[in-house]
Amino acid sequence: MNSMTAREAQAVEAALSRFQDEQGALLPLLHAVQDTLGYIPKQATPTIASAFNLSRAEVHGVITYYHHFRQTEPAQHKLALCQAEACQARGCRSLTEKAEAALGCNLGEHTKDNRWELEPVYCLGLCASGPAMELDGKLYARVTPERLESLIRKKELS
Amino acid sequence: MSVKIYVPRDSAALAVGADEVAQAIEQQATARGIAIDLVRNSSRGLLWLEPLVEVAVGGQRLAYGPVTPEAVESLFEAGFLTGKTHPLAVGPIEAHPYLKNQERLTFVRAGITDPLSLEDYQAHEGFAGLRAALALSPADIVQQILDSGLRGRGGAGFPAGIKWKTVLQTNADQKYVVVNADEGDSGTFADRMVMEGDPFMLIEGMIIAGIAVGATRGYVYIRSEYPDAIFVMEEAVRRATTGGFLGKNILGSGKAFHIVIRKAAGSYVCGEETALLESLEGKRGIVRAKPPLPAIVGLFGKPTVINNVLTLAAAPYILSHGPKVYADFGMGRSRGTLPFQLAGNIRHGGLVEKAFGVTARQLIEDFGGGTESGRPLRAVQIGGPLGAYLPDSLLDTPMDYEALAAKGGVLGHGGLVVFDDTVDMAEQARYAMEFCAIESCGKCTPCRIGSTRGEEVIQHIQAKPAEAGAHAKLLRDLCSTMVNGSLCAMGSMTPYPVLSALDHFPEDFNLTAETHKAA
Repeated sequence: MNSMTAREAQAVEAALSRFQDEQGALLPLLHAVQDTLGYIPKQATPTIASAFNLSRAEVHGVITYYHHFRQTEPAQHKLALCQAEACQARGCRSLTEKAEAALGCNLGEHTKDNRWELEPVYCLGLCASGPAMELDGKLYARVTPERLESLIRKKELS
Repeated sequence: MSVKIYVPRDSAALAVGADEVAQAIEQQATARGIAIDLVRNSSRGLLWLEPLVEVAVGGQRLAYGPVTPEAVESLFEAGFLTGKTHPLAVGPIEAHPYLKNQERLTFVRAGITDPLSLEDYQAHEGFAGLRAALALSPADIVQQILDSGLRGRGGAGFPAGIKWKTVLQTNADQKYVVVNADEGDSGTFADRMVMEGDPFMLIEGMIIAGIAVGATRGYVYIRSEYPDAIFVMEEAVRRATTGGFLGKNILGSGKAFHIVIRKAAGSYVCGEETALLESLEGKRGIVRAKPPLPAIVGLFGKPTVINNVLTLAAAPYILSHGPKVYADFGMGRSRGTLPFQLAGNIRHGGLVEKAFGVTARQLIEDFGGGTESGRPLRAVQIGGPLGAYLPDSLLDTPMDYEALAAKGGVLGHGGLVVFDDTVDMAEQARYAMEFCAIESCGKCTPCRIGSTRGEEVIQHIQAKPAEAGAHAKLLRDLCSTMVNGSLCAMGSMTPYPVLSALDHFPEDFNLTAETHKAA
């Protein structure tokens, strides 16, 4: 098995030293690693398992159970479009088609150059002002197709 | 004296440019040499008007909205700082019918205060409930909650006082208070607004619960999709600790209470209380079989009060005003108020706190102003992704747990999602099954397999009209298995949106009068 890079190992160590002794703190630990690196390295599983006195299967199970955690590097830009009922009632289905066409990738996928990933999200709590989305960590509501295109263009130029 | 201007910091305001508006206001004020005092308040809940800017003039707060950064210059030109009119003027906000006609007990401070100001909070009755609780015995606090008739606001509607009483009566070296802030239901945002807009109220409710049952530690489990709520809650816990409201010696009472904020990781089923506890313990969010109840064997195997945000947020009011004042609101066995959330295709979406008993039609038409698109309303989904779709003919049902259940509906967390006549109800039913397949924890078969088979059957109905009748029958049979055989609400309630769509809108499922009847 390949070992972690120095940067990965450092992120995992820092997170472990913060959360290892806190009861039931596997989720906060995984969040800390992902917040630092953007993902949780597959090679970190044995290290985390041994620090938490868990089996590798248990740690792998937790990482892969939760939609939020990922084991691959994220694309440069992440666009998450709400797909839940309140946004459906306000046109998220057609907005999603627009986004897929503009980025050239389907919902749940990333572009070939890994510049963009387009993810579904099920509710951002902006249900009175949909369609709602999150672009690189910032929330947007009442998103029109025009606004979506201009936001994508702005990111492309940055 | 500088003019006080309010720009909300609620994420429903931020997502439509509130930060940019605040910046533009500061720039204009600086350029014009006008001294202003810019307060980032919480949202009033009139979300179609966000960003809603308010100016304090002559003892009133005059509102303007929805304000764009581009409109700020014209507001200054028009003289909004002295309350002059402008095309975006809304008038004195407190007199707005949307607000005036509500009964705000939980959202009493919404839009009024700076969410993170302890001074503001205390100037508006903050911690009065905690002070009252500290003068009572644990059993008396629990009795007040029982007398108020408060039921769990997460959806199940279980009496909160009974939960608290069970935890109080269970002996243990450690007990916990856990807040379920995994508000994953589409169409709901009241928990988010409490956490972002009035975090000390939730903290106060948690401390009251802790004192009542003998718990010294509390956890708030907040969904990862709510970064602003997490930020505000963490900061509020820090400030409350510094202020002596949390820690080893609450207000010099000798009682201790500590709060940890935990970020969830995007699993809908973790809103189910036992799955949430598993997640807090660092495991996969898999539902536990009940019994044992969490009140007896909860977090880390210890007695645990686990309540929704709105349940605990109601406690300070009940303690400070007395249970009778709270119980005087409502109808039947649904006492008090519920913060309803108007969402989806609705003109005036937002938060409407009313006593139980208001009808869906009053909420949607009188407050909501009908559909945003202006087209006829076709269906309303009440109570989140596991709630039934109601047709127009059932909208006069009072919003009360029992009355709604009698019509096949579910009140849930009080969210109403409005759809106009362009909606395809078979597609909504298919989506309900798809969502269950995506989010099922996988522990029980009816939910894990049933949801996937359910989606396939609905796809058959959509693709093959000639066989719709037979497949509709199959779908009903499958739903019956899910309702009766699933471990938790995820599998047992996914049939609610599916069957209600089938019952009320058979034409969307390629069914004729005869084939519908036969199915």
